Amino acid sequence: MTMAPKREAYDVVVVGAGPAGLAAAATSAEAGLLTLLLDENIGPGGQVYRAIASTPVTERNQLGADYWVGADLVQALRTSDAEIIQRATVWSLDRNLEIAVSVGGASAFVKARRVILATGALERPFPIPGWTLPGVMTAGAAQTMLKSSALVPDGRTVIAGQGPLLWLLAAQILRLGGRIDRILDTTERGNYFAALPHVFAFLTSPYFAKGLAMMREVRAKVQVVSGVTELAASGDGQLASVNYVAGGKRETTPADLLLLHQGVVPNVNLAMAAGIEHRWDDLQLCWSPVLDASGNSSVAGIAIAGDGAGIGGAGAAVVRGRIAARAAVEALAPAVAAKLTPMAALRADLAKAERGRIFLDTLFRPAPQFRIPSGDTIVCRCEEVTAKDILDAVAIGATGPNQLKAYRRTGMGPCQGRLCGLTVTELMAQARAKSPQEIGYYRLRAPVKPITLAELAAVPKTEADVKAVVRG
Amino acid sequence: MSRAFSSEVDAGSREENASKQESEVPFRFNRNGASRDYDVAVVGGGLLGSAIAWGLGRLGKSVAVLDEGDITKRASRANFALVWVQSKGLGMPAYTVWTVQASQAWSRLAAELKQQTGLDVALQQNGGFHLTLGEDEFGQRTELVKRMHNQAGAADYKMEMLPASEVKKALPLIGPEVSGGSFCPLDGHVNSLRTFRAFHTGFKAFGIDYLPERPVSAISKSGGEFRLTTPKGELRASKVVLAAGNANQTLAPMVGLYAPMGPTRGQIVVTERTMPFLPHPLTTIRQTDEGTVMIGDSKEDELDDRALKHSVSAVMADRAQRMFPHLARLNVVRSWAGIRVMPQDGFPIYDQSETHPGAFVACCHSGVTLASNHTFEIARMVAQGALEPELVGAFSASRFGAGAANTSGY
Amino acid sequence: MFKRSEQDKRPPVQIFVDGTAITARQGDTVSAALLASSRDVRRSTAVSGAPRLPYCMMGVCFDCLVTIDGVGNRQGCLVPVAEGMRIEIQKGKREIGK
Repeated sequence: MTMAPKREAYDVVVVGAGPAGLAAAATSAEAGLLTLLLDENIGPGGQVYRAIASTPVTERNQLGADYWVGADLVQALRTSDAEIIQRATVWSLDRNLEIAVSVGGASAFVKARRVILATGALERPFPIPGWTLPGVMTAGAAQTMLKSSALVPDGRTVIAGQGPLLWLLAAQILRLGGRIDRILDTTERGNYFAALPHVFAFLTSPYFAKGLAMMREVRAKVQVVSGVTELAASGDGQLASVNYVAGGKRETTPADLLLLHQGVVPNVNLAMAAGIEHRWDDLQLCWSPVLDASGNSSVAGIAIAGDGAGIGGAGAAVVRGRIAARAAVEALAPAVAAKLTPMAALRADLAKAERGRIFLDTLFRPAPQFRIPSGDTIVCRCEEVTAKDILDAVAIGATGPNQLKAYRRTGMGPCQGRLCGLTVTELMAQARAKSPQEIGYYRLRAPVKPITLAELAAVPKTEADVKAVVRG
Repeated sequence: MSRAFSSEVDAGSREENASKQESEVPFRFNRNGASRDYDVAVVGGGLLGSAIAWGLGRLGKSVAVLDEGDITKRASRANFALVWVQSKGLGMPAYTVWTVQASQAWSRLAAELKQQTGLDVALQQNGGFHLTLGEDEFGQRTELVKRMHNQAGAADYKMEMLPASEVKKALPLIGPEVSGGSFCPLDGHVNSLRTFRAFHTGFKAFGIDYLPERPVSAISKSGGEFRLTTPKGELRASKVVLAAGNANQTLAPMVGLYAPMGPTRGQIVVTERTMPFLPHPLTTIRQTDEGTVMIGDSKEDELDDRALKHSVSAVMADRAQRMFPHLARLNVVRSWAGIRVMPQDGFPIYDQSETHPGAFVACCHSGVTLASNHTFEIARMVAQGALEPELVGAFSASRFGAGAANTSGY
Repeated sequence: MFKRSEQDKRPPVQIFVDGTAITARQGDTVSAALLASSRDVRRSTAVSGAPRLPYCMMGVCFDCLVTIDGVGNRQGCLVPVAEGMRIEIQKGKREIGK
């Protein structure tokens, strides 16, 4: 399947084969639009349905019914006429809806009449002391290994953080016979009160019963420490122990593996590089694109669906994918649109899928000390820049992330700010007594993922391009 | 709180002022929005404005640097970081002399920055190459070198053509398409971002007030004082130096000066860090002290610095891999476009106002190469109140003719 | 740090890590195979030489960088293993010609 796109132009190009992308591409292709789905991973599914078509985990109940929903989405897509390319990395998207995609070490350019970005989410940075030590990973990383390779922790394992994914992962690890020594719950006690007004919607949402059952399942087998207010990993070149404070008491527990998780945030790099306007979301504490009800962004022709549009979970992502695709069909093939599920019905589905989300966002809003580090704690993993370095830069006049970049190289490494950007914005906002919106974000540009120089060199060029470079 | 004009304050007490200042409100604006006075207000906090401001602070002057915010056109963040002599000054011998002087003064600047801030700006001046691909390019470059040598009054900067076999001795990894190149022993490069940071770090010790998010919208002069209007209040100073890059074009007429600009766009590509392989910088390829490889650069009329033209980057990438075939496998981690600060004829503009004595303008393309001159020479002349014709007379905007009527033409 | 579940019935794939043969499974990514190998597979960073292991396993953190079949700085978490693949653990900056 690792082949270049068959055509130079498509009606709809969907980026990302997670729940939103799978649903969007299937909807678009079923409506007869020439559809291309580009995905970076080895197989479809995104993160939530990771390895859905290839997982070695055959006992279905171990991964849970929600996971297998992905199989139906993949099936629907595969029976459609959509062209699907895996291991295809989109490295540029511009206002002319021109997409540069790297497949098998070579780049191809395709033009779209509509682009649907379904680039999903990534885990929020969890910049505690020692988070760069070998042996410290994200919970999502462990879940990826579990789903795609049936690998589970077998050393002394601590899971720390908060949010639904953390409990799901813990349950899955236990079901597959993996080891968890302790769970450190960092949910702020005050959040329970803050979330109360939204509790009714949550109680009547699909999250509630499932979540409760899962927590019960995990608590029966693992020691859970609640109210953790401080957290650090330590070791000499390798994780040796996890230090934490709970209820005012400082504890240390030896560990080989620490899995961190404090929610997910939109993966904005491609959208921002395309020039799409984003705003700071004060509840979800991240950048979210400015979109209309159909997912259309500030750049004409580009829509965003799924968690990249603001975190809503897999169920909502599927519906958002269908909404964005339907909007594309309405624009490109209005006659066909009439035969699709009406927009009103899709919006009702979305409201249902998003039910309980505000409760979760409020309850699992990460505490400031886990988002805004201090002292020698590394913020930028690639360039190894600490919180203190950033505060020093603010003291000599850095007003925002881009001036900081010039002073300290934050965000200049290969990850291009994905693991430090939010921390930098919040840290600078705190230091300057400004809002994150006022501080802003890195100015992102193509290539949004690295490509080789040879690949860039192979891009077609004109005589004028040569003249712009060769000048005596 | 009143404060002596710091022309009377020596460097020792300036440091005392600096430490006092830290405990005060961050900036010297009083309650009604008017500021206390400075000797000099420098408009523009990029490499050029910072070099001059730092140079003035070094002389004990009280200085305010007015700058824009996080997102603005900043050549200081987009440049290629060469300290470069070869081929500069064709058509204006004085520019060659000025450039050679800057190149020679750079080690002093680097040493002073290091001493003050502890930051090593990684200055390397062991000579630089311009490589040619194919015989045509070699021929054209040979012609240029000849013309440079023949230019009357041009400083002898030892630029010479070398065949590929000679180039290979210095740069063993060149590819078979390299036909040769020109070499100049005065050429070098520096970590320009760290230089930028070093200047800004040094501001504190000199008591210089760096005031970001204050674009200047108007400048007037009354009672022997300049008043600069910013969104965060008015600032007063005895002198003003316009160092706002291409924006000098609009600021200069406010104080009877002229700065015709002709900006262009340049794109740069940068790779991931790799082991050191390039012992000398090239006009279009350099390896930074961090290990990344910078590949430049284009010259385009397009002035949108947010957009990128991949086909232009492709030409740069292609030439780079033909010069050094092993680069082909390196990953490109970033690319960007920046807007060049470029006086209309390509040469620097340094001028002083006749109608508004105490107002100066400074702009040039090579803010990195000339940083040492800006620190040591331009700052000194601004401090003494007049530019010296024998040093920078050739750079007056009067050379542009009728439009320059308002400048002194010193 | 990690072990394989008994229900994993995927066929084995042999790869070489710094010259030593390792048995991975078809469908593993390079990073997953390395983490499952119980060898010391820590790389060291290009900036300070600090030791690192993969962090995100989903292509965003670049802490899984590894030399695969002679090509340096590949994202091991995005590349599936293949029979006979040669892996080298990277120490510091990418080497010339790799």
